[in-house]
Amino acid sequence: MKFIGEFIILFGVWLLLTWSLAPAQLIAGVVISLLVIGLVGDMFLFKAGRALNPIRIFWMIMYIPYLIWYIILANLDVAYRVIHPDLPIRPGIVKVKTSLTTDMAKTFLANSITLTPGTLTVDIKGDELYIHWIYVHGNNVKDWSKAIIGRFEPILRRIFE
Amino acid sequence: MFWDTAGYTIIVIGVLFDLLGCIGLVRLPDVYNRLQAATKCVTLGTAFLLFGLFLINGFGALGIKALVCAAAVLITSPTGAHALARGSHRGGVKLWEGSVIDKYAEENEGVD
Repeated sequence: MKFIGEFIILFGVWLLLTWSLAPAQLIAGVVISLLVIGLVGDMFLFKAGRALNPIRIFWMIMYIPYLIWYIILANLDVAYRVIHPDLPIRPGIVKVKTSLTTDMAKTFLANSITLTPGTLTVDIKGDELYIHWIYVHGNNVKDWSKAIIGRFEPILRRIFE
Repeated sequence: MFWDTAGYTIIVIGVLFDLLGCIGLVRLPDVYNRLQAATKCVTLGTAFLLFGLFLINGFGALGIKALVCAAAVLITSPTGAHALARGSHRGGVKLWEGSVIDKYAEENEGVD
């Protein structure tokens, strides 16, 4: 099952990239997909029962515009700090605690954090994330967690847990 | 015609964000702050450029490739920034002297 899921995803990306149904392209696609699965297939975290659940897919689709909105806010924020003559930054590395448990959810959380306002994930240890923040406010783990990951956790829990 | 205009508008916005990101790279003080500019402004700027290309070319070989590339940039860029930041910190690159806190150094002294 895992093998079939991986094959569909890889071959689908191949079809999108070549955008052609010529037999030569299709055969090359099959060979290369199998080669990739043979080499790194073990690393791929695919659970068919979870990935195909319509409720999870629905929340995944809802998550994309939500994330894009915050990415645009992040850009305006960083752009403002960059062009302001006084360079209003107050950087530092803070620690937050997440309640997410699966690796996939943590990966998405770390990437979402990096793409959104003034925050950059430096390391993950268990359920603790170390985050470089361009404008630190608040003074304990609870404040920081609320400000940085509070907006992503509920929706990521619905998708991945 | 409409899609051409929309596409070029989005490309211009993307180039502006890329420019701001580059100004950030020059003006911000240390590795970590510079990565902030590189991961946010430059990622979104590049994604906008590719999305504008998709709007101009539509569903064809070029447009679809641009979309796949935009998705790849959005996934890989934060991962790369994460690796760079962690590597710099472990390699001993100090935070800028105006930084207010460094939990990572406080809690991991002598661990490695």
